Amino acid sequence: MSSPASRRLAARRLLAIIQKEALQIVRDPSSILIGFILPVFLTLLAGFATNLDIDHVPIGLVLEDSSPEAQGLAAAFLATKYFNTRVGYDRREFTDDLVAGKVRGIVVIPQTFSRSLARASESVPFQVIADGSEPNTATFTQNYAQGVWLSWMQIRAQGKGAEFNQPVSLEPRTWYNQELVSLNSLLPGGMAINLTLIGALLTALVVAREWERGTMEAMLATPVGRFEMLFGKLVPYFLLGMVAMFICLGITLVVFHVPFRGSIFALLTVSAVFMVSALGLGLFISSIARSQFVAAQSAILAAFLPAYFLSGYVFEPAGMPLPIRVLSHAIAARYYVSCLKTIFLVGDAWEQLLPNMLGMAAIAVVLLGLTIRNTARKIA
Amino acid sequence: MSAALVEARELAFRYAPGAALALEGVTADIRPGRVTGLVGPDGAGKTTYIRLLAGLLDASSGSVSVLGLDPAAQSDALHERIGYMPQKFGLYEDLSVAENMRLFAEVRGLPAAERTATFDRLLHFTGLAPFTKRLAGRLSGGMKQKLGLACAMIRRPELLLLDEPSVGVDPISRRELWRMVRALADEGIGVLWSTSYLDEAEGCDEVLLLSAGRLLFSGLPAEMTGRVTGRVVQVRGVSGNRRSVLRRALGQPGVMDGVIQGRHVRLVLASDAPPPDVEAIRAGPEAVVVPVPPRFEDAFLDILGGGPGGVSPLAEHMENKPHSEGSVVEARGLTKRFGDFTAAQDIDFAIRQGEIFGLLGPNGAGKSTTFKMMCGLLKPTAGQALVDGLVLGKSKGAARSRIGYMAQKFSLYGTLSVRQNLEFFSGVYGLEGARRWNAVEGMIETFALSPHLSASADTLPLGFKQRLALACAVMHEPPVLFLDEPTSGVDPITRREFWTHINGMVERGVTVMVTTHFMDEAEYCDRIGLVYRGRVIAIGSPDDLKEKVRSEVLPEPTLEDAFVGLVEADDQAGDSERRKEAA
Repeated sequence: MSSPASRRLAARRLLAIIQKEALQIVRDPSSILIGFILPVFLTLLAGFATNLDIDHVPIGLVLEDSSPEAQGLAAAFLATKYFNTRVGYDRREFTDDLVAGKVRGIVVIPQTFSRSLARASESVPFQVIADGSEPNTATFTQNYAQGVWLSWMQIRAQGKGAEFNQPVSLEPRTWYNQELVSLNSLLPGGMAINLTLIGALLTALVVAREWERGTMEAMLATPVGRFEMLFGKLVPYFLLGMVAMFICLGITLVVFHVPFRGSIFALLTVSAVFMVSALGLGLFISSIARSQFVAAQSAILAAFLPAYFLSGYVFEPAGMPLPIRVLSHAIAARYYVSCLKTIFLVGDAWEQLLPNMLGMAAIAVVLLGLTIRNTARKIA
Repeated sequence: MSAALVEARELAFRYAPGAALALEGVTADIRPGRVTGLVGPDGAGKTTYIRLLAGLLDASSGSVSVLGLDPAAQSDALHERIGYMPQKFGLYEDLSVAENMRLFAEVRGLPAAERTATFDRLLHFTGLAPFTKRLAGRLSGGMKQKLGLACAMIRRPELLLLDEPSVGVDPISRRELWRMVRALADEGIGVLWSTSYLDEAEGCDEVLLLSAGRLLFSGLPAEMTGRVTGRVVQVRGVSGNRRSVLRRALGQPGVMDGVIQGRHVRLVLASDAPPPDVEAIRAGPEAVVVPVPPRFEDAFLDILGGGPGGVSPLAEHMENKPHSEGSVVEARGLTKRFGDFTAAQDIDFAIRQGEIFGLLGPNGAGKSTTFKMMCGLLKPTAGQALVDGLVLGKSKGAARSRIGYMAQKFSLYGTLSVRQNLEFFSGVYGLEGARRWNAVEGMIETFALSPHLSASADTLPLGFKQRLALACAVMHEPPVLFLDEPTSGVDPITRREFWTHINGMVERGVTVMVTTHFMDEAEYCDRIGLVYRGRVIAIGSPDDLKEKVRSEVLPEPTLEDAFVGLVEADDQAGDSERRKEAA
């Protein structure tokens, strides 16, 4: 049906639209803001604000026992960087502070402490009261208090030249993120969230803007087809999105020292597939919304929120009810988060990456297909 | 007669199932080599009709063929052969003039070999050659319109569809555009020019007159004006208040319509009605009734069954404003600079009580800047704006409560109901208790708004919107009324109704300042200040201004002639001054 001459004209039209979009990107401060400034801002925010590792938690230590052993344990609490310990002699001194949130927990070394300790067979009572209003911190306080106790016992035993006997000794070994630094898995995931938002915002606004300014109507009355219109927009914004990706990558590596064990090639390939799906979502939104305001709101709602909750960036999908787990498969960011964590922390595990890329590609095809179907050739 | 480019038969369209018809039973042809005017007020169906021809909408019923094609099914083939300029010109504002032209040349497949010649021709034709590097967003309204035209005709279309190309464009740019379009028609191109300015219809070769989605008339403009030949008269030599004369004349049997034209009063008579008796309308001892050539608008009013009466129920309910000597509104050396750019310089004028003062001027001349400073919306760099002796800016609240403000875009809250709008504005203007209730109820009664009280303002017909906007602006009975392009795009009956209210209020001692591009509206003014390049270049009654450009070639200048002539004269004076300075 299409002769070489008409194909050549179509190629010229596509090129002209690409050129036009590129010029608009260069001149439009909002594209620059979304493409260059937003990734910097979001990555820094993700890096500094969403750190799940906790240290210097304020606690109160109640010394009801004044034996040298009890004092030694108190010293161990004072020494660790995980706690900011204040010492008192009555638990009532700290109850008000706990209510007010000035301390996150109270550790009580009871009167019976040294007596129980002397009788090696008896278990030593030792109380930790934690503020349950912040469950993460509460668990942390309990676990670390336990840790301080265990290591103090060990040192004490060594000092006496005796073997510290514990029935079972658990030695945890974590692969890929040995230090269990939460940033190392959060930031690669955060990159997916940021790029979802950036990609969708970039394209969601541009079509709506053409409707608002009346340029869409002028274009509709020319021989430009919807395929040319859409791909003419996709190409320049794809490049801008990839630049944003590299900005996120740079900050993640340089500022937050997240390890990068895979290759740039793998990252580029995976990100390219993801970017098409993110831009596709934006284009889909803009094929429905005709004002920039509605488009921007929808982009944040439809792109950012599902990506945040369902991608496995913070909340593991494995722990969600089945329907939500199924739903999460429709979110491109889910596959991208998984790919990014793999590339950053494991390396080029293609057997992991390829199925995920397939998932993102499928979403991209569906979104672009819907967009083409939805793109008006008519005004109403 | 050559074959028609467009053949529409019983064409109808509705935007949503169940919605009212936006266009109904339109049967009309458009021929090559002519400028066909698509004339009608806002909401008449002009844009819908053009979109149907351009294949951007599919007809709900009836048929249309454009260049022998069906626009619904063969839009790709059609788009190769037509040029279309939507409202707002459809330009990319962040691209330069040359970049816009290149984009449209590429998407329309202009052969590369022809590009240079085509661009040169179009740039020369539009006079945009010196501005190729300027961003389209930085062009004046008139230049944008020319660029839009250049982009629409980059491939020399067989049919050129222009949707309201002259909206918001000053008379000078409008004339230039007409010359260009005329030249295109002479080359054999069919041009469809849509407009809500009825005076533009007279310049068209053929006219399609739309009103409320129906085709009221199609044919030569002369046929249209022929309906009322011999029935249009001017009462000249009026002494005394010509507004009262108009009101009395409209109360006479046989007078269908009337407007004020500078010093004179223009009347349209019913067929076979005798001319009005100058004594009965108390026009003064020197008054004479002179027949004048009819205009398109006279004929339109005749088709619609005549204009509204001359009595304003709004003014009837108003009390006379206390008389005040001296000027009520005054500009003293008003100057506004934005950075290096002086938007207004040393603007001086004084408006007496009960006077209608018009601010006219080309786009970008400083008219809006001056207007905004007078309303207290913009702080002057130097000088003072006074209302009722109070300096705006110093005594903001007190001065502002004496002002009623109404803008063309009707500063109504579209999602609020009619009653909610009234109540909101009464609150804003500080009305309380019984006064507030009385004001709201009074407006509902005066403007017959009761059937629409719970409708949201957005869904109101244009005429009612206009009434509601005026009601909101005057319910606190301000002694001063500022009107910013109040009736642009409004149908002539609604416009007359509006001016009846304004005239009535002025007779009660209200003072009015108005900006407009609309020469008919300017004729209602007692005096006009013509603003150009940030200065007032002429001030005087409409007749004074016309007098200034009267010459042998132009023995009966219109107000538009005066406008164009005075601006051009100022340009020449400016040029020779610059030459003197250079020498």
